[in-house]
Amino acid sequence: MKSRAVRAATAIAAVSAVAAGCSLSDGDGGPQQTPTVTLVTHDSFLAPQEVLDAFQKQSGIKISVLKQGDAGSLTNKLVLTKANPIGDVAYGVDSTFASRALAEGVFEPYTSPEADRGPQRYAVDPEHRLSAVDVGDVCVNVDTNYFTSKGIAAPASYEDLADPKYKDLLVAEDPATASPGLAFLLGTIAKYGEAGWKDYWTKLKANGLKVDSGWEEAYTKDFSGSSGKGPRPIVVSYASSPAAEVGDDGKPRTKALLDTCYRQVEYAGVLANGKQADSARKVVDFLLSQQFQATVAANMYVYPARQGVDLPAGWAQVAPLPQKPQALTADQVQAGREKWIGEWRTLVQ
Amino acid sequence: MAPIGFLVVFFAWPVLAIVGRGFAAGGLDVVLGDPRTWQLAGFTVASAAASTLVAVLAGLPVAFLLARVRLPGVGLARTLVLVPFVLPTVVVGLAFRALWPDGGVLPIVLANAFFNVAVVARTVAGLWARLDSRTTDAARALGASPWRAFRSVTLPALAPAIASAAAVVFLFCATSFGVVLILGGARYRTLETEIYLRTVDLLDLSGAAALSLIQFAAVVAALVLGGLARRRKDGARIGSGRAGRPEGGEWWVVGAAGGVLALLVTPIVALLAESVSTSDGWSLDGYRALNGTGEKGALQVSGWDAAVNSLKVAVDATLLAMVVGVLASVVLVALRRSPAKAARGLGETMDAVLMLPLGVSAVTVGFGYLVTLDALPGDLRTSPYLVPLAQALVIIPLVVRMVLPVLRSVDVRLRQAASTLGAGPLRVWREIDLPLTLRPLVAAAGFGFVVALGEFGATSFLARPTAPTLPVAIASLMARPGELNNQMAYAACALLMLVTVLAVALIDRLGRGGVGEF
Repeated sequence: MKSRAVRAATAIAAVSAVAAGCSLSDGDGGPQQTPTVTLVTHDSFLAPQEVLDAFQKQSGIKISVLKQGDAGSLTNKLVLTKANPIGDVAYGVDSTFASRALAEGVFEPYTSPEADRGPQRYAVDPEHRLSAVDVGDVCVNVDTNYFTSKGIAAPASYEDLADPKYKDLLVAEDPATASPGLAFLLGTIAKYGEAGWKDYWTKLKANGLKVDSGWEEAYTKDFSGSSGKGPRPIVVSYASSPAAEVGDDGKPRTKALLDTCYRQVEYAGVLANGKQADSARKVVDFLLSQQFQATVAANMYVYPARQGVDLPAGWAQVAPLPQKPQALTADQVQAGREKWIGEWRTLVQ
Repeated sequence: MAPIGFLVVFFAWPVLAIVGRGFAAGGLDVVLGDPRTWQLAGFTVASAAASTLVAVLAGLPVAFLLARVRLPGVGLARTLVLVPFVLPTVVVGLAFRALWPDGGVLPIVLANAFFNVAVVARTVAGLWARLDSRTTDAARALGASPWRAFRSVTLPALAPAIASAAAVVFLFCATSFGVVLILGGARYRTLETEIYLRTVDLLDLSGAAALSLIQFAAVVAALVLGGLARRRKDGARIGSGRAGRPEGGEWWVVGAAGGVLALLVTPIVALLAESVSTSDGWSLDGYRALNGTGEKGALQVSGWDAAVNSLKVAVDATLLAMVVGVLASVVLVALRRSPAKAARGLGETMDAVLMLPLGVSAVTVGFGYLVTLDALPGDLRTSPYLVPLAQALVIIPLVVRMVLPVLRSVDVRLRQAASTLGAGPLRVWREIDLPLTLRPLVAAAGFGFVVALGEFGATSFLARPTAPTLPVAIASLMARPGELNNQMAYAACALLMLVTVLAVALIDRLGRGGVGEF
């Protein structure tokens, strides 16, 4: 018995040592010929490897991606490390958090030659420390089959959501813990103003609103139009979500209500105090280039900020960009965010 | 002192740095004076205590089954009971949401207990299997009923193991994050979710620091209570227990254990069902998708690559944790045996300090890394080595809990004899301690490995997109719309469970006879 255990342990030790050797030796080790720029971004970042490879071939710059949570978490980590940033360029700070990053001096000014092809429309500061890369809208989504089979019209507006006709059908996310939840709250504030949003939410609450802490629970468990087949046919999600719910017949099972949208713009910028500002600027140019912009819709379910970029087939029908979304300026959001979340918590919980 | 050095650099320094920033920002008194803060603390402690109680009540019959019963299938039960422990919290949270669509306190308590039944069952079984059955026989011979004999002989003897497990479970439950977030919705919050919210979303570091202090106090209290109970361990008579067919009333206990196992397996089966069900019926698409990167490339690597990465990282983390944990245990035993009272006191303190990483929020450690580790050579903040380092931090306390009692039980006289015969300290360790403790070491390594496989909190902060672990990949898949991504996430869960079951089965075979306790 004893010798068996000894042999077993020796075998394990040997195998582990080899395995550890493998796992510690690959990765970023080895001599580096090409300069590597670290792109700090959010968890939703996705780019086809061939596009990144093509950029490396053409510019000689290798992009190393470092994901740091959602837009809020990313911004806060950049703020915490501003004196010695964890990367050279950041992408994913959105219009909700842009003011915090700018106020803290996280980014340095850079006007990309690519920015006049559309991104300038979304400029947040005159010094051009942030360049818009993509645009996304948080909208209320509905399960179209549910309403067809019940023979009632789907809701269309903010008012409808508070209509007793749609009692107990809406699920939204907590603005304190989920970014679509925050965007929806900001949309109602933009719509009803400081004076009226609390009344509106009181009505939503009376109309059987359900609040989840995250998008996953709301969309995949409570919403009836997605994989979970939950009990509620109305959910707060994204304008582009229906593009992921196309059935075998080629028709989407869900629809975004284009009058209930709040616009979020995502920005990129060169990190102040970074070690390779020149290369970082080229990466910003790349993010705004036709090449990269053409990938964002299919990979991240957002719209390119650049004008004249083709969208994936069917997006015009399935996931059109809302014409008149609600929006608040970055400064308004920065000034009100914490107060509104606090008031919302007292009101809705 | 290497283990202490490790903990200072990769735990104490980052945590103190980030909490220190909160202190410097001021305003702690506001948070501490807010009655809502104390409601949070109350709810945290009460729900964690309730989960611990449920886990202990459910774990004891299973422990009996594992330690004292020889029936077909017990070996399988031994392996199965560990599976819930490694499941990603988002998956378990959503599975419980399917049963309790509105969430609430009950599902939070049950879900946290669900994760931790294994801790109680395996820890208590470890001691129970070695408990001298003659004491119980004597009690029975003197006319005690089986229940009476259990209550007055067996239970007190098991108390140290139960307390030790309960302390660990309490720490896990009090710092549980995903489960509370998913099942508590916007209504039920704990210190941990509030610390996360204030740190990650609001950047309210002073608020987070104040809450961390309260959490820290609760953790230290749990450790002290657990430590006090463990000290009574000497009361247990260790001999050779017997395992056999259950008799009479023991069948009820076996039945209860079966019931608990059935309850543990139910969500697992539901999860497997979810991995093969689509809106158009049954399909294995989710499993096929593991070859790829998900719908529209939700991942940067394939599901299998994530699995391989999980294995590699877990191996590194386990090795690191074993080195640090075993060294720490050796030092602790030496301190405990020291004739000097001060040294013994130091040993007690160090023992408690080594457990602290279990009770401190992953977000506190993760943000602490951001503000400190750039000072080390090579800017470790963004290094791929950080994932195994952070996982090791979580495993070390468990390794120490498992190795320490065994090292301590090595008869001092054997070592003294070896020394007298001229063996140096290293030789004594090699000739006496190592052979006697090898199997428990294998068991500890195996358990650490399993914990590393399932670790999500710290890993999700530090893993690179090009090298996600399975739990991180599962969370990424869950965060995207599309049926295929959802199915693939559940298929990846099934893969994670399979890897876990294989690892545990292997370790249990190799470490047979080892204690397998904390």
